[in-house]
Amino acid sequence: MNMQHTNNTHYTQIINITDNLMSRINELISHYPADKSKSALLPVLHEVQDAHDNWLSVELMDKVAEILRIKPIEVYEVVSFYTMFNRRPIGRYMFEFCQTSCCCLRGVEDLMDYTCEKLGVSVGEPTPDGMFEVRGVECLGACGYAPMMQIGDYYREHLTKEKIDQLIDDCRDNKINLY
Amino acid sequence: MSKKILLDQINIPGIKTYEVYRQHGGYASVEKALKSMTPDEIVTEVKNSGLKGRGGAGFPMGLKWSFIDKKSGNPRHLVCNADESEPGTFKDRYLMEYIPHLLVEGMITASFALEAHLSYIYIRGEYMWVYKILEKAIKEAYAAGWLGKNILGTGYDLDLYVHVGAGAYICGEETALIESLEGKRGNPRIKPPFPAISGLWANPTVVNNVESIAAVPWIVNNSGAEYAKIGTEKSTGTKLISASGHIKNPGVYEIELGITVYDFINSDEYCGGMLDERPLKALVPGGSSVPILPAHLIYKTANGDDRLMSYESMSDGGFASGSMIGSGGFIVYNDTSCIVRNTWNFARFYHHESCGQCSPCREGTGWLEKVLHRIENGHGREEDIDLLWDIQRKIEGNTICPLGDAAAWPVAAAIRHFRDEFEYHVRFPEKIKNRDHFVAEPFEKVRHLVTKETV
Repeated sequence: MNMQHTNNTHYTQIINITDNLMSRINELISHYPADKSKSALLPVLHEVQDAHDNWLSVELMDKVAEILRIKPIEVYEVVSFYTMFNRRPIGRYMFEFCQTSCCCLRGVEDLMDYTCEKLGVSVGEPTPDGMFEVRGVECLGACGYAPMMQIGDYYREHLTKEKIDQLIDDCRDNKINLY
Repeated sequence: MSKKILLDQINIPGIKTYEVYRQHGGYASVEKALKSMTPDEIVTEVKNSGLKGRGGAGFPMGLKWSFIDKKSGNPRHLVCNADESEPGTFKDRYLMEYIPHLLVEGMITASFALEAHLSYIYIRGEYMWVYKILEKAIKEAYAAGWLGKNILGTGYDLDLYVHVGAGAYICGEETALIESLEGKRGNPRIKPPFPAISGLWANPTVVNNVESIAAVPWIVNNSGAEYAKIGTEKSTGTKLISASGHIKNPGVYEIELGITVYDFINSDEYCGGMLDERPLKALVPGGSSVPILPAHLIYKTANGDDRLMSYESMSDGGFASGSMIGSGGFIVYNDTSCIVRNTWNFARFYHHESCGQCSPCREGTGWLEKVLHRIENGHGREEDIDLLWDIQRKIEGNTICPLGDAAAWPVAAAIRHFRDEFEYHVRFPEKIKNRDHFVAEPFEKVRHLVTKETV
């Protein structure tokens, strides 16, 4: 087990590459030819991020670079390109509302306002206890089941105000599965 | 009921699992292909089928396969494009979620046809639970001997893996997808060389959409000629259409190409008619990139013929009075929707998703968004409408990949068909303060306020 506390960025993160995580990483690397382990970067970053409170510090990215034997910059440039990688701590339950056309037609904007008001936050800022965050994202591919949002790995579709109330309660009661 | 070849088994309980899928004739195409056909025979069947790529561009699939470089001796790859991100499109997800083995079977048969020994399915990162479903399906296929070394004792080896993206629309473009699969930023490559010559790790590569690959087993089992009998002469086969917006039954439907748009929207077998019986205002027939159609061009083409769900009828009249069937992302708008707001929404999407490589797209999409935002929020000027036209014209065709065109077309079509609505926004800013401005007072009712004089 490799435990390390980092403090040279604005936020700190405990880096913990467990044996389980490492074996999953090795499995992912094995999906590509031996000299192409860089190809595993995106899947590996997903796994690493999921195991580290859903965000990636500079130190954690350096660690990934070391594991895949690539330069740190090759990890930074990828992390900054893709929207699913977070470079700062985020709310534990991130409500990512799809705000593209079809969801707007079915009233997602009203639901986002409702959720923000209920949680007392504006879009993109976590609640003070770090539990929730509301974000607007681009099309998630659930247009026929609009309005919808993503929490962790799962979609919540055909949303209504009542469903959102229920989801917030479930999050507080720890009943929501993120991964 | 029209003919179904992809979703005919989707309601069988347990079809997600290998056992049930196999019991219902699954993997028959792999047996047939590997034991009794040569790779070139399969390519010929696919050519005969007339199957067009179902991702949006509609390039003939057999022709694409025939371009793959088999002479250099470099390893070849098949990559399945499951990075479905076009707004309005959610068909591939449905297929992969409920009948994942169909895609796995298609991947094996298609890889054999291309003589590829290492293939990937590139799925968008947001579909994380589908990724897990596919991984499970592939594991089952390995266990049953359909993947790995010496499949069915024929000496053919194939490894198949799922690769997950991380939230970038641009990775649906085939060269950006390849870059992303190599662990890089999703910046599209300059073509030529095309992926068929130099793709993944500079090896010959074919990238095909999920739906296209899922059609291969049927073609191999029943022959390309049989497939070509379905649909119309130029649009063969069936197509998955993902319908959304103001209709009674949004969802994914498999249609035989060539049914009328009127039937698709109004019959109970498909969309079931307009939500709350409100009038139809506009239609985006093939995902956000394609031109929007106004009400009078939806059921009939400019010539007065019935508009059909087919490649040729949907594009009848070019961009002046037609559109494209694209990826099948069918978005229906009723009279309460605001075309300016919707166009701004699409422009924001493209601005967000532009990779930033080419300046016309990087700067132009942001500019379009900014100008549309100010028109929608009551700060527009008369000359903004011409400015929008000017910007979109300078993006189109001036970028490495089609994202620039995709950002320009919806803006151009909105101005072409709904110019008076833009003028209304500019001239009556106090009337559009509320974001639901057309809900209480649909544009049809206030249209007379915009005079006919040209700006």
